[in-house]
Amino acid sequence: MTTTPDLLYSEVEEDLRSSVRALLTDGAEPSAVLARTESTEPYDLKLWRTLAADLGAAGLAVPEELGGHGASAREVALVLEELGRSVAPVPFLGSVVLATSALLGADTSQEVVAELLPRLAAGDLIGALTVPLTAQPGAVFPDAVKVGADGTLTGRIGTVVDASSAELLVVPAVGPDGPRLYAVNSSATGASVTEIVSLDLTRRIADVGLEKTPARLVAGPNHAPAALEHALTTGAGLMASEQLGIAEWCLTETVRYLKQRYQFGRQVGSFQALKHRLANLYMEVVNARAAARYAADALATGSEDIPIAVAIAKSRCSMIAVHAAEEAIQLHGGIGMTWEHPAHLYLKRAKSDELALGTPGKHRATLAGLINLPG
Amino acid sequence: MSTTTAVNAERLRGLVRDLLAAHDPATTDRLAFLRARFDAGLAWVHFPAGLGGLDAPRSLQSVVDSALAAAGAPDNNPRRIGIGLGMAAPTVLAFGTPEQRERFLPPLWTGEEVWCQLFSEPGAGSDLAALSTRAVRDGDDWVVTGQKVWTSGAHAAQFAILVTRTDQDVPKHQGMTYFVCDMKAPGIDVRPLRQITGEAEFNEVFLTEVRIPDAHRLGKVGEGWKVAQTTLMNERVAIGGHEIPREGALLGKVTATWRARPELRTPELHDRLLKLWVEVESLRLTSGRLRQQLAVGAPGPEGSAVKLAFSEINQALSGLEIELMGEEGLRYDDWTMRRPETVDFNGREPGYRYLRAKGNSIEGGTSEVLRNIIAERVLGLPSEPRVDKDVAWKDLPR
Repeated sequence: MTTTPDLLYSEVEEDLRSSVRALLTDGAEPSAVLARTESTEPYDLKLWRTLAADLGAAGLAVPEELGGHGASAREVALVLEELGRSVAPVPFLGSVVLATSALLGADTSQEVVAELLPRLAAGDLIGALTVPLTAQPGAVFPDAVKVGADGTLTGRIGTVVDASSAELLVVPAVGPDGPRLYAVNSSATGASVTEIVSLDLTRRIADVGLEKTPARLVAGPNHAPAALEHALTTGAGLMASEQLGIAEWCLTETVRYLKQRYQFGRQVGSFQALKHRLANLYMEVVNARAAARYAADALATGSEDIPIAVAIAKSRCSMIAVHAAEEAIQLHGGIGMTWEHPAHLYLKRAKSDELALGTPGKHRATLAGLINLPG
Repeated sequence: MSTTTAVNAERLRGLVRDLLAAHDPATTDRLAFLRARFDAGLAWVHFPAGLGGLDAPRSLQSVVDSALAAAGAPDNNPRRIGIGLGMAAPTVLAFGTPEQRERFLPPLWTGEEVWCQLFSEPGAGSDLAALSTRAVRDGDDWVVTGQKVWTSGAHAAQFAILVTRTDQDVPKHQGMTYFVCDMKAPGIDVRPLRQITGEAEFNEVFLTEVRIPDAHRLGKVGEGWKVAQTTLMNERVAIGGHEIPREGALLGKVTATWRARPELRTPELHDRLLKLWVEVESLRLTSGRLRQQLAVGAPGPEGSAVKLAFSEINQALSGLEIELMGEEGLRYDDWTMRRPETVDFNGREPGYRYLRAKGNSIEGGTSEVLRNIIAERVLGLPSEPRVDKDVAWKDLPR
């Protein structure tokens, strides 16, 4: 570690949080989010445009010369905290985090990259990175998609996050000379995007099929592996902030409920059997915040400690978010088990996030190598 | 900042240079150097000027400490005087008269006078406010009789912070008074209290008609609970607040053994070790975040949570360490009764560390009490119904 990590939130970051929270309080209110899950438009694209374009959230980590705001992963993390807190149905993870990071990790002087990034940063273009959502940093480059002799792509990739609403597919593929990264228009010849019924009601996943689909080269063997790794590392590290947001919502709502719910003539929150569980949860949330902030700061500063910081944050925050959501369901009692109460949206998001971009166990296995604690 | 000449890191480094120039650590007596450092306001920079500080932000202390350490200057051996620094000093500062502050703080900081804490009693542990050690006014003195317990370092202490009951006819929180007690006064009997580790870092302290001058009272008569709260809040900050490097402390012992002894490894232990590694590291970051909040003058309520997490992790890690040792885990280094003057949770052998860690969830507030504090003061949950709230202390069942 070269510099002391900044684990706090700056004033500018707090201002950004206020804007995002104000938007989501109005635009992603729980009953509306719930109603939308079974509608024909599961993502709120109006909310997305306000967030991505008007508030500028899509371009936070993109340099100004590429049409972005020249902020960093720290600010993206903050938006993710708020999105986790509201489980807002927008393609932020797929587009802003994964697809954008993949392009930022490629050679940005390339014509295709320089053309696409400003559109992603402006929120005009929604992107998706065609890897399974369970892909993790450090894994071998995927070979599900092959480059044909004519330069078209053929292959199938399952459980791609946000592909359903993406116009741009960023596709890792293997050509005769090795790994490559391509840009594909999701409505191009031979491309199909088949929505899957997702455990996470507020995050869409789809199977992507490519059959001799025309594609534009984004990165060749020299840049493609690093670009994909950059995307997955950034994704895993920043998802910890979304998980922090989930855990915070669960804690806050459960505390609120236990203050208003009476049984045995008392507020149930006065029983030590319950309040001690919430104290434990508070302790976990405090830990999640430190771990998530550390990962965000490491990613923002390009610290040498990024791989360790990400493995710590993703493994720890995954478990804490799931635990928080499970506690929220249990401590809400009967109402927590109902469809009408939003707690299940958070459980579904938390459990899916646990699998996304590397499970806690996989990140710990990675960590074992990084910190020289072999099995 | 209140002063016109703002204290910043630059100015502190200048003051350190002046101190080192006037008192070369290589040729100056240790105690003389520490006294000079105190007088220069470089002891604890956040304390008031004239009392070892400069009214500066607490965060700047590290500037002074590292500059002095780099110059090879002696320190005040903070581990030996942890209770004085962490608990007595903030309480004396908050509630002491000018005379009391000037009398007690300089030798407390230099370590010339070691302090201990006479709070817990056999009948008042988690429920400290139920304590029954009596103090009765007699002229300019108070006469104190009772029994205290779990008193770390009483056998090495010159002074104690002491909470007593001065009025039995009011509810328990109202009838207490807080004193500074001279541990060498007649009537004080310190007896070792042997622990599960075999040693006696703690004591029982019997007070029999000990005379304490009223000038050694901290705070008003009957306001002892309020004063004690200051001490206890600082205790939790002290316990949660140390900066340690990655794999510092107990984790470092376990990982060193893991790396050096491949024959001891099993998949199940590997799993547990990695989980704990991640937990320790995120707790270390939490602690770091807490310090950063303190440094910008916005202390968060996370202190209690850090202490709670620390004791659980220490217990899990020290248990794992014994299992990892295999047959060697069956050994214990030495059950001989000792009287250590400092405590090192990570000292000695795995068996000692395992047993000593059991105290972590009891000392400085049990984990159960800390959970109540977090739930009620941080999360704002209602307290359990209090049956003793409006009952005179003398009428409480015991």
